[in-house]
Amino acid sequence: MTEYTVEVVIESKPAAKDPEGETIARELLMKNGFGQVHNVRTAKMLKVKLEAENEEQAKNLAERMVRELRLANPVAHIYSINVKG
Amino acid sequence: MTVSGGNQEEPQTEGGRSHPAVRSERKIAVIRFPGSNCDLDVVHALRDVVKINCELVWHADFKGSEYAGVVLPGGFSYGDHLRAGIIAAFSPAVKEVKQMASEGKPVIGICNGFQILTESGLLPGALLKNEKLNFVCKWVSLRIDSEKSFFTKGLSGKRLELPVAHGEGRYYIEEDRLREMERNGQIVFRYAARGPEDNENPNPNGSLSNIAGVCNEQGNVVGLMPHPERACEKLLGGEDGLMLLQKFIEIADRRK
Repeated sequence: MTEYTVEVVIESKPAAKDPEGETIARELLMKNGFGQVHNVRTAKMLKVKLEAENEEQAKNLAERMVRELRLANPVAHIYSINVKG
Repeated sequence: MTVSGGNQEEPQTEGGRSHPAVRSERKIAVIRFPGSNCDLDVVHALRDVVKINCELVWHADFKGSEYAGVVLPGGFSYGDHLRAGIIAAFSPAVKEVKQMASEGKPVIGICNGFQILTESGLLPGALLKNEKLNFVCKWVSLRIDSEKSFFTKGLSGKRLELPVAHGEGRYYIEEDRLREMERNGQIVFRYAARGPEDNENPNPNGSLSNIAGVCNEQGNVVGLMPHPERACEKLLGGEDGLMLLQKFIEIADRRK
């Protein structure tokens, strides 16, 4: 068994407003010299350390956590999972 | 003639109402989670103002079969970690609440209780951070848009003033589900102007379609962000919350 760090990133669906991201984009970045910025979406990231046989199993475990315990709310969120060594 | 103990199994439907098949004792539970903080307010409103039997129960001790109805009160269960309501939604107490809901018993979630009901899947939709990201604490004006719910029977079109106090109350659901809920009469409460001269935006948190509260398809599970228990006495600035909480009289014993 190897220890993996799995990053679970949870963000609102594109159709749901993200006022925090909008404010960061408009008030902080665009108004302070980063006019190249079009959009910011905020997200929550969980760094989960876990034991697994391999990368694929680590990813599957994280996938199950997200679905079964609703780490992401299927009504409102999308998520992505990245396994780090 | 055989005497069976089965009389308690008889559903007590009063006046042919569809709600609810009450088999348990005629009392209401208010569940306290770690971080609940409106629990005692609800208990006071039910016991001392509505004057019905009501018990405050620690979540780990809660058995749904002992109660005719249940209140999930407001507060910050489990510190709102991850998302408001999500951790309580997976507690054994909420499994009991799901069982009660499936038996048709009335369930009401207020504020954090509403968040727990959406996170547990007992109610559709989700409650996101307020549009302006601030905690809103003020009196709001509401309109009852559906009498499908146990708590709003006979009250359609009524307006009421209740306080809100929350940071994550922006109701969200996908458009096609929203239309389906509207067709089913599941949109129970909407933030609404106080009258024709009121030009202020009535929506305190950016909720979709001004939604303040919804119910399940059967109408026995209801959630709302405003606090009826904080508006049950003139001393508190209003009594409009009573018309909702008084519906419990139908299923609970009166106190003297």
